[in-house]
Amino acid sequence: MPTTRTISVKDGDVLVLVGTMKGAFVFRAGPARTRWEVGGPFFPGVPVYALGYDHREGRRRIWAGAQSWRWGTVLRSSDDFGKSWTEPEAYTIKFPTESGVALKNIWQICLGHADEPGTLYCGVEPSALFKSTDSGGSWSLVQGLFDHPHRPQWMPGNGGQCLHTILPDPVDPDRIVVAMSTGGVYRTDDGGKTWQPRNKGIRAQFMPEPFPEFGQCVHKVVQHAARPGRYFLQNHWGLYRSDDGADTWQDIANNVPSDFGFGVAMHPHDPDTVYIVPIESDEYRCTPEGKLRVYRTRDAGASWQPLTRGLPQKNALETVLRDALATDAMDPAGVYFGTRSGKLYGSNDEGKSWSLVLDGLPPVVCVKTAVVEAAKAARQKAQSKPPAKHKPAASSAVKTRKRRA
Amino acid sequence: MPVAIRIPTPLRHFSGGNGKVSVEGSTGIVLDALERLWELHPALRDRIVNEQGQVREHINIFVGEENIRFTGGLATPVSDGSEILIFPAVSGG
Repeated sequence: MPTTRTISVKDGDVLVLVGTMKGAFVFRAGPARTRWEVGGPFFPGVPVYALGYDHREGRRRIWAGAQSWRWGTVLRSSDDFGKSWTEPEAYTIKFPTESGVALKNIWQICLGHADEPGTLYCGVEPSALFKSTDSGGSWSLVQGLFDHPHRPQWMPGNGGQCLHTILPDPVDPDRIVVAMSTGGVYRTDDGGKTWQPRNKGIRAQFMPEPFPEFGQCVHKVVQHAARPGRYFLQNHWGLYRSDDGADTWQDIANNVPSDFGFGVAMHPHDPDTVYIVPIESDEYRCTPEGKLRVYRTRDAGASWQPLTRGLPQKNALETVLRDALATDAMDPAGVYFGTRSGKLYGSNDEGKSWSLVLDGLPPVVCVKTAVVEAAKAARQKAQSKPPAKHKPAASSAVKTRKRRA
Repeated sequence: MPVAIRIPTPLRHFSGGNGKVSVEGSTGIVLDALERLWELHPALRDRIVNEQGQVREHINIFVGEENIRFTGGLATPVSDGSEILIFPAVSGG
């Protein structure tokens, strides 16, 4: 086994959590984000498709879904940035016996609504949603989605039948949007009891009916806290935006080299700005023309501009997967992505320029970010926070109107 | 006589470092012996079988030299003095 390197993290550091096919890594840098130090590999040899960071109530906890080929998938956490990890005697995410199915992988770890600091969600394969209300100590299957009559018709894509996107609404604690591949987008407005497909306008090029009620191969969906009714969606063919809470979707693939792709990332402070990495096609899943280009829209998809400074523009046959593109919460925003060829790129100026953070990683499947708050300050903040029922957790740097669909 | 269960190296962390665990009172099939093993070392359970009680896909269990996939699975008979061997399969990429 390789030697695992650990890192010392300071208050104010920016973390980039990277999951690969052979372990997880934690990158840290100061607020300038110019020099990165790397810790890992954690869980060497084990695919890590899901990572998350819980900063609430003074926690500084990294979550990881470790999918051992042999010993199964287990959710683990670290409160010391990887120096030690929990190793639960009994796995905490398990389907009930009566469900007849078994967990294959954890694809997403997501914090709950701001008013519910002990709530976490996991999206898993086969497609299902698990919820914890005790900060990850115990988990239960969200039965309303699992019992959905559509479930027998959801079909696995190349990556498996996975629920990969979870978007608790920043305003309405009873509303959650999830997405799965295949299956499409589903929304609950009653805290998970019932779920409705929300795929109107999204193509399914691989089905006889091109715009079915459900069954789309949605690759990723993002949302901005300041404009919760709006979503951006990267489909298996198709780029879309919804302005009405996912009820309907409009095509926004305006002058991009391909509308095929996997990842989509939201700017932390501007609900009109989104990043994507177009892929040539589903037959040829590489960056078009051998050019590694991140595309950014600043007008909610009306136009897209390539961001290339510092990225290879020749012989770059790269693939960026659905969870391998992320932004941080800094200003100016950092943007990061990992490739299947094991490169991690980063930008500390909103995508204007890029640098190779590290080459030679195993294939990257997951990139997440966090800004480390002082634990004491975070605890004080949590204690002094007034009851904020039904108020969006908007950043002070948000520059646009607040609107609710 | 007890049934002996061989523990693969990566799982010995969960068996107190033991590479071989003897279980008493087996009633005659592999599952019974494993359940006694899990009573002694509970963390081994979820690492060997999934929540449906099926042996994980990339684990092979042998009774002597016979892979239980071909001899009745977890219902494969064991007798006093049998040896059960747990191996990680050749898999991955």
